[in-house]
Amino acid sequence: MGEAIVITSGKGGVGKTTTSANIGTALALLGKKVCLVDTDIGLRNLDVVMGLENRIIYDLCDVADGRCRLNQALVKDKRFDELYMLPAAQTKDKNAVSPEQVKEIIEELKKDFEYVLIDCPAGIEQGFKNAIAGADQAIVMTTPENASVRDADRVIGLLESSHISAPKLIVNRIRHSMVKSGDMLDIDEVLQVLNIDLLGVVPDDELVIKAANSGEPTVMNPDSKAAIAYRNIARRILGDTVPLMQMDQKKSAFSRFKKFFGMG
Amino acid sequence: MAVRASRYVTIKGIKDGLTFQFDDKCDFEELVNDLRFKLEHTHQNILTGPLVHVDIRTGEREMTEEQKDTLLDILSQKGNLLVRSFEEPPAPEPEVPDRNDVKILTGMIRSGQVLHHEGPLLFLGDVNAGGTVISTDDIYILGALRGMAHAGIDGNEDAVIAASFFSPTQLRIADRISRPPDEGENRESHMEFAYLQDGIMKIDKMANMARLGRDFNVFKGV
Repeated sequence: MGEAIVITSGKGGVGKTTTSANIGTALALLGKKVCLVDTDIGLRNLDVVMGLENRIIYDLCDVADGRCRLNQALVKDKRFDELYMLPAAQTKDKNAVSPEQVKEIIEELKKDFEYVLIDCPAGIEQGFKNAIAGADQAIVMTTPENASVRDADRVIGLLESSHISAPKLIVNRIRHSMVKSGDMLDIDEVLQVLNIDLLGVVPDDELVIKAANSGEPTVMNPDSKAAIAYRNIARRILGDTVPLMQMDQKKSAFSRFKKFFGMG
Repeated sequence: MAVRASRYVTIKGIKDGLTFQFDDKCDFEELVNDLRFKLEHTHQNILTGPLVHVDIRTGEREMTEEQKDTLLDILSQKGNLLVRSFEEPPAPEPEVPDRNDVKILTGMIRSGQVLHHEGPLLFLGDVNAGGTVISTDDIYILGALRGMAHAGIDGNEDAVIAASFFSPTQLRIADRISRPPDEGENRESHMEFAYLQDGIMKIDKMANMARLGRDFNVFKGV
């Protein structure tokens, strides 16, 4: 029996879909059998980020309404044999399925997959209720902005009063230079307000946008700092203890030199 | 004459007098009739003679002054009855909030969540921005107050709001609303409290709460 994890944030545009795609791919990279589920009915994006848009035949609503079997709707990833995606319908809206139907589908998927990652739509309405219905755990995304932290706080409150306890936090798009100059909230400030366990910190990285546009999750590119962060998050999900990535990037040649001689 | 079912007035002898126990459920008229009947007929013999102290117990019945006078008049017609005490039902306690009766709650109030409490409240945990604490009386927060707190919501202007980390988005006491100044918000957040003075909200450090002159239990040293 696998584990179902919902990735949610409240606010839109903080990187739920990108994170779902990247954590899913990273878990597949680590040899796990993973299914990504897009619950953003009517505004599906996960297929685009994964580069699987043209392979969709059936979707979540078709499965819920019994127009096809579950495994007919699953789209196999082009890179990994053990990575699948269940796309959302694009022509319907959030009310096209009920939380019970989603829960049933997730339960079915958990029998075949080690990890079921549920990409939650923005907001706290029907789409959110659908997305969390089948989840065992939750990952809350936030960016280091007050508006995003506020919405994450709201969502954490809703999750804590639901069947999901102890959601984990990912702080996305942190810019070390801005944090250092005091223009951006730092991790400690975010954690002080939200007061939940930190699963990972993902640095702001242009390669993420480039990768998403080409339908190739960033995590495949080991040159990307965000990719390393996502791989670390995946390992933490598997239970490994991975220290937070050192944010001080661009070390001078001299400091590397010092480190080499054990002086740094 | 028919036998009267006279159960409304019970007369008991005690060590130094008599106790009149009045039924508290029956009609007042019946009570008066029964009292008259007992004094004038059945108990006539024992109610004459030397001065007797009388205690009156009215049970749960709430009586108007007129009704009380009626009963006392009847009793005073017997010259030897001296009403010593007239025990009424205890007046219903006015809902005076007691500062000693603080409710302690723990947890975390996140954005969108509302904690509503009747009476003084001690909250152990944070109140985040977007979260709300409401009480009819004082609010004390052992944690950060980043959200909104409304004390004395029923109009109690004596209510105060205190927090270990005082950084609210808005404060309300009774019907007064206050918010921190828009600019210059870099001041250190200490352990502080807010109160109303002549209808104006003021903030002071916790140590000065005793000077407020409210009915706090003030420690004055030993």
